[in-house]
Amino acid sequence: MLDLQLQITYLNDYTFGFIKTLLFYSFFKSLVGKDVVVELKNDLSICGTLHSVDQYLNIKLTDISVTDPEKYPHMLSVKNCFIRGSVVRYVQLPADEVDTQLLQDAARKEALQQKQ
Amino acid sequence: CGLLGTVAVVTSDGRMIVGTLKGFDQTINLILDESHERVFSSSQGVEQVVLGLYIVRGDNVAVIGEIDEDTDSSLDLGNIRAEPLNSIVH
Repeated sequence: MLDLQLQITYLNDYTFGFIKTLLFYSFFKSLVGKDVVVELKNDLSICGTLHSVDQYLNIKLTDISVTDPEKYPHMLSVKNCFIRGSVVRYVQLPADEVDTQLLQDAARKEALQQKQ
Repeated sequence: CGLLGTVAVVTSDGRMIVGTLKGFDQTINLILDESHERVFSSSQGVEQVVLGLYIVRGDNVAVIGEIDEDTDSSLDLGNIRAEPLNSIVH
């Protein structure tokens, strides 16, 4: 997993007049290549390999499969897809790929920075 | 965002529109040419409604899928039964 502290330092970004750090963007970048399941706000769940992510947390997945293809045959001919960040409800990750302690510390530090 | 070719766009109101992605921008506004809507129903096969040249505003885009032409042509749309997708609820 990437050094999140370093990432936070040089990914501070001025957007719409206030400072935004890109903690979760960095976090997802470190998961590129891993298999994830993205649950959308329309209840559709898509499993695939994380290909890329951007600052809006838009997600590109390759080699996708729908978790319940009988209920959702809509995506049968789709192998790769782009998911708009705003429609994601959850991203299910393999537990051994995430250093929860590190992530928690980084999030706390960011919350502190944002307050100031 | 990549992918310029035949795509399947899932919209925030649960519709599925298939077309040729001609262009897009940062907010995911899309230009879809030769598009048609695939209407899924639990009682009858997939209905395809021709739409033509469309601009879809980015707010309403949920998923853009790259259509694999080979897989798609082997699909028997007339025999697929499914509930329409739900709308995106924020």
